[in-house]
Amino acid sequence: MGEIMTGARMVVEALKREGVEIVFGYPGGAIIDVYDELYKTPEIHHVLVRHEQGAAHAADGYARSTGKVGVAIATSGPGATNTVTGIATAYMDSIPIVVITGQVPTKLIGNDAFQEVDITGITRPITKHNFLVKRIEDLPRILKAAFYIARTGRPGPVLIDLPKDVQQAKGEFNYPEEIHLRSYNPTYEPHIKQIEKAYLLLEKAERPVFLVGGGVISSGAASEVRELAERLNLPVTMTLMGLGGFPGDHDQSLGMLGMHGTYYANMAVANCDVLLAVGARFDDRVTGKVDAFAPHAKIIHIDIDPSSIQKNVKVDVPIVADCKRALTRLLEVIKEVGKPKKYWKERFKDWWEQIEIWRRRYPLTYKEDPNYIKPQFVIEKLYELTKGEAIICTEVGQNQMWTAQYYKFKYPRTLISSGGLGTMGFGFPASIGAQMGNPGKLVIDIAGDGSIQMNIQELATAMDQKLPIKIIILNNGYLGMVRQWQELFYGKRYSAVKFATIPDFVKIAEAYGAVGMRITKPQEVEPTLKKILSMDKLVILDVIIAPEEGVFPMVPAGKATTEMILV
Amino acid sequence: MAERKCTLSVLVENTPGALARIAGLFSGRGFNIDSLCVAETLDPTLSHLTLVTRGDEQIIEQIIKQLRRLIDVYKVVDVTEEGDFVEREMALIKVRAEKENREEIYRICEIFRLKIVDVSPRTYIIEVTGDKDKLDAVIELLRPMGIKEIVRTGLIAMKREKKNP
Ligand SMILES: Cc1ncc(C[n+]2csc(CCOP(=O)(O)OP(=O)(O)O)c2C)c(N)n1
Ligand SMILES: [Mg+2]
Repeated sequence: MGEIMTGARMVVEALKREGVEIVFGYPGGAIIDVYDELYKTPEIHHVLVRHEQGAAHAADGYARSTGKVGVAIATSGPGATNTVTGIATAYMDSIPIVVITGQVPTKLIGNDAFQEVDITGITRPITKHNFLVKRIEDLPRILKAAFYIARTGRPGPVLIDLPKDVQQAKGEFNYPEEIHLRSYNPTYEPHIKQIEKAYLLLEKAERPVFLVGGGVISSGAASEVRELAERLNLPVTMTLMGLGGFPGDHDQSLGMLGMHGTYYANMAVANCDVLLAVGARFDDRVTGKVDAFAPHAKIIHIDIDPSSIQKNVKVDVPIVADCKRALTRLLEVIKEVGKPKKYWKERFKDWWEQIEIWRRRYPLTYKEDPNYIKPQFVIEKLYELTKGEAIICTEVGQNQMWTAQYYKFKYPRTLISSGGLGTMGFGFPASIGAQMGNPGKLVIDIAGDGSIQMNIQELATAMDQKLPIKIIILNNGYLGMVRQWQELFYGKRYSAVKFATIPDFVKIAEAYGAVGMRITKPQEVEPTLKKILSMDKLVILDVIIAPEEGVFPMVPAGKATTEMILV
Repeated sequence: MAERKCTLSVLVENTPGALARIAGLFSGRGFNIDSLCVAETLDPTLSHLTLVTRGDEQIIEQIIKQLRRLIDVYKVVDVTEEGDFVEREMALIKVRAEKENREEIYRICEIFRLKIVDVSPRTYIIEVTGDKDKLDAVIELLRPMGIKEIVRTGLIAMKREKKNP
């Protein structure tokens, strides 16, 4: 016999069993019973945000930076719909969060009751799974299933919609220790035949490239990636989501590929004969024109989600498995065959020579200008000063791409960025989640002047929690990435990319009780960065940058990745 | 790549959202549904769904993988690919049955072994079961009499057991 308790209590008990220590949320009439239980549960720290979108992004940032499941709570109706962008953001990047929403009482569902919205209907295409709980008897199992589904297989967001009467109803709390869902059985172990085939391809390769995606981060396979890359002497390139999956400062790193990837990464992929892709899904920002993507390559694709394989590109050796286990097996085979490191070094010598030619021909670079701060310079300096040890969140746009290019992410879970959905306003609330999950670590949000205004209200949340986040606004006075497209492809017709009113970000910081600073000259960059990095306070640093600086290289949308516009 | 028709037999958890999720997957990802037939199975916790769709091999592969990705989907079988299967569809046809064409209707019913399941002074309702070709043929033959209404169930399909295992 389990203990008898209310549905609201069950929620809190389940959170405890799942090891949840921090939740992000915002109350309302339909979730008030859960809040009443949170009030009685000091072990769970509730972070009161200022907008439910902020709660969802914070839960997401917490999950991305810690690897644990993030939790967000909202009320019915507008509270629930406010989480939608956050849920979609987590879905596109396969991030495990559980969102709990209040709902009107079951007997009112379907009546257009006050603050009723069909949130399970709305979120069906943007959740890994969702539940509308109709009976108290089902609640313990659903809570267990929600966490299990969110975290296992290809992770993703799960929503639980909880009607008010179910929160108030009493039932027996039998929380399953383990759960088995007959219709949900992710494949973790690779097919050993496929692993052997992959090895044979690598053995025959003359110009291999190792492509690392976000799956490497979520499966915790960074050390296997490194071991494999070093053992076989493979050039490694990463997707945006894969950055940190292999050290960006490593000799074998070619940096990011794709639309704003490095020249040498895109050239290497375009000319490789074997592409080993792990936990990457061949998004159009990575492939460019699909027919011209790795046209000479046999492709080995490891992914836990079978539907990612053969979706966008034709794969020669599909391997459905957890990235970490698949790479472990592959390493076993490599060791069994036993060709020494020297052999591989020798084998790919010519290929590396070619890559070095590309690297020297067009390194990542920008033009300095004594009158303006260049954003790339800011990121470079930030990398130097933090030695790559910070957790860097980004907003979306040019700020995000400069960060991806110039900060050499050394470890997994140190870049927190909305890749798949490209959600402006993600970075700052995500940094709140990241800082909550990593107290004592340096957490920085690289922002744009547009993006930061999308969830700027969360400054109050960060101050409530005394979080010493550093917000660095790369302020170009533009919706810069859109402006760049207009410059390059729309005859410089700058439609709707300049705000008439730009707030004084220094004063905004001060209004919230944070520190605000502004710099405008290149020589101010280093000393000011040093200063703010040593402060144990929330700081907004407004960096006025060259207004029309672009992100290069750039592959125009739909073009082959070799058709790059260089600086 | 050439398009083909594909009949999928899908077992899903009998939960309220399951069907909506499947329908949403098809509309959201731009896949076609030619017909869809849903009913309970022997196990009341599972529903069975026969879904007819079309696409080239790559699209069909995606459809099957995307279906399997849904947490509520227990099993997906491409019966068309497995080859040996029985397909049936039923239609109810309300046809004008004036004195002068009743003879002809009877004859068609006899040849195709159709059932007249309702009779009114001026119309019959005819039940026809068979594969798609048979239904189409019957409809074409009855059309000259004056068809007032047709309701079709959509296809259901079942794999045959191997004859010599
Ligand atoms: C919510 C949302 N709305 C619109 C866009 C389209 N968009 C992509 S980048 C961008 C400009 C971002 O401007 P800013 O934050 O100033 O960054 P910058 O590119 O200038 O660094 C816009 C509007 C988006 N990604 N997300
Ligand atoms: Mg800007």
